[in-house]
Amino acid sequence: MLEAVEVRKSYGGREALKGVSFQVGRGELVACIGPNGAGKTTLLTILAAVQPADSGTVTAHGRVGWVPQQPALYAKLSVAENLRLFARLERVPDVEEAVGRMLAQADLADRADEQVKRLSGGNRQRVNVAIGLVSSPPVLLLDEPSTALDPRQRERLWDFVGTLAAEGKSVVYSTHVVSEAERHADRVVVLADGEQLFSGTPAELAEAVPYASDSFERAFVSFLEQQGH
Amino acid sequence: MRWLLAKDLRILWRSPLTTGVLIVYPVVVALLIGFALSRGSEKPTIAVLNQVPADQRLQIGDQDLGSLLSHDQLSRRVHTVAVSSRAEAKRKVRDGDALAALIVPADAVTKATSEVDQSEIELFVNEEDPVKGRLVDDSISSVVADENRRVSRALVKNNLQYLELLLKGGTVNVLGNRFTVLGLRRIGAITRAARRSLPPHAPVRRQLDQVIRFNDLAQQNFGVGGKALSAVSEPIKIRKHVLTGARVPLSSFAAAVAVTISLMFVTVLLAAGSLALERTENAFSRLVRGPVSRTGLLAEKIVLAAGVALVVTLLMVVVLGGFVTLEWGRFPLWLVALVVAGLAFAALGTALGAIAREISSASLLAFAMLLPLVFCALVPSGVVSPLLYDLTRGVSAAFPFKPALQSIDAAFYGDGGLFGPLVHLAGLACAFAAVARVAVRRMA
Repeated sequence: MLEAVEVRKSYGGREALKGVSFQVGRGELVACIGPNGAGKTTLLTILAAVQPADSGTVTAHGRVGWVPQQPALYAKLSVAENLRLFARLERVPDVEEAVGRMLAQADLADRADEQVKRLSGGNRQRVNVAIGLVSSPPVLLLDEPSTALDPRQRERLWDFVGTLAAEGKSVVYSTHVVSEAERHADRVVVLADGEQLFSGTPAELAEAVPYASDSFERAFVSFLEQQGH
Repeated sequence: MRWLLAKDLRILWRSPLTTGVLIVYPVVVALLIGFALSRGSEKPTIAVLNQVPADQRLQIGDQDLGSLLSHDQLSRRVHTVAVSSRAEAKRKVRDGDALAALIVPADAVTKATSEVDQSEIELFVNEEDPVKGRLVDDSISSVVADENRRVSRALVKNNLQYLELLLKGGTVNVLGNRFTVLGLRRIGAITRAARRSLPPHAPVRRQLDQVIRFNDLAQQNFGVGGKALSAVSEPIKIRKHVLTGARVPLSSFAAAVAVTISLMFVTVLLAAGSLALERTENAFSRLVRGPVSRTGLLAEKIVLAAGVALVVTLLMVVVLGGFVTLEWGRFPLWLVALVVAGLAFAALGTALGAIAREISSASLLAFAMLLPLVFCALVPSGVVSPLLYDLTRGVSAAFPFKPALQSIDAAFYGDGGLFGPLVHLAGLACAFAAVARVAVRRMA
């Protein structure tokens, strides 16, 4: 559903991405993990067409939904007005049906007319995800979606994302919480200093470390050290 | 674009404080500037105590000049407030009700027409503010100069009548007694006749020749004496020629300045703020990745700002219409000027918004840039060095304020051509839109 081939990006003299390649299949959950400054957000913004790559190609089959790290919402508009605006801009055929569907999916129907500025951080993030899905894209990109959410809100978010994958949507997300990738990803792409170090299942990443580790997070850190990062 | 426009208008509607700051504040500031320019510098308020008896008039020879420093004469230069005593006059100045007080003493008319004494009027001023002091000095000096010229012309005219009498002869009434004056011409005729009646070698004939030569010389000099007297009474006369610009009343020019300043602030702040808001709300990246192109987003902000500013400015023009003369028949030209100027200001605003990328920075940048632009555009030639004046002209030409002022002045009052400033504005709109398009690439 989504393929990136040798994607490169530089800011001034600094290489943010040094030739990243991977594929995402239908209904697959792919986590992009790495330390801060690894290039995760740069990769996702290129996949989302927010900015162009310097070289390489990105191929998507169908629309790509985009959920930025900070909720991209108009605080003075209501939940429904935000959804309606982006549905219209995305040229969704039946705007009101799409708005109603996303309000139900995000469990925000009872707060549809409330201005976004009055919502909690968790609810804003749900609206943020709902906007990414309002045009029913087969591929959804989420940039650190669980940041600033409390544990219960995080659980609800991952349940929701899991449901999307079960419905056949391809989901790529970035996170620096490695345990989330272990639990909620079919595959992980490891980045460090713009370099793609690994692409495979979480179990394969754990096995790539030569000595046994009692946690996925420790295995990940050992893997980075092993790769010289 | 229409959905984005509707969204921005809805957000604006739900932000009364922002709307107030963006719209009401510049309009109020513009109105204050307009009225300060139109009322303050043209006619200062002066308290007047005229102690000359009401029935006493300026009478010079057979000429009746009316009252000295009459209300009508003063009203041409100043706003007058009549007072009944010196104490009241001084109090008006101290309290700030009048910029100065003018006391015309009871003997002012007698002295002014005496041709011996000088009439003195008193002026009480508050010199706390040097600008106001200068304004009063200029206005009162002008009034007194006008009055001096009027009296002096009458005196000259009266003296010219006496010269005419000496030259041509006639009758004159002095203190009720009627006298006949022979006149130089008749004296010349009599002496020439007397000379002819004398024998050729009579000794008195030589003496008569001297009298005849003196008489001829006196007649010639009396002929030019009239002109000389007029010249002495007004040695320097101004003949004004307008080389550039038109003679637009100051209040009308002030209205054009007020309208332009208001249009500029509303448009630039709205365009810069609404573009920066997209990034502040994190919506920019979501918009430009597909639903809206960067160029489309800039175009929407330009249309939004120019449209809102047009409505606000027209509202302001209606209000101004209550204070200054407006030619409503020129309304289509107003629209053209306001729309083109609005688009140029909006393009500048989007460039500032794209460069600043954040609402408060964009507003600060806009204020910091716009105020000097206004000052540069209003600096008249001759008050600064030629190099500095050329610099201010260059700066003014690179930004839309001055051409906007010229186009609005031309559209509202027919002062200068409209086409040139409109083309200038269109060029600036394209240039700033291009700057905004380059800068907006860094906004994501």
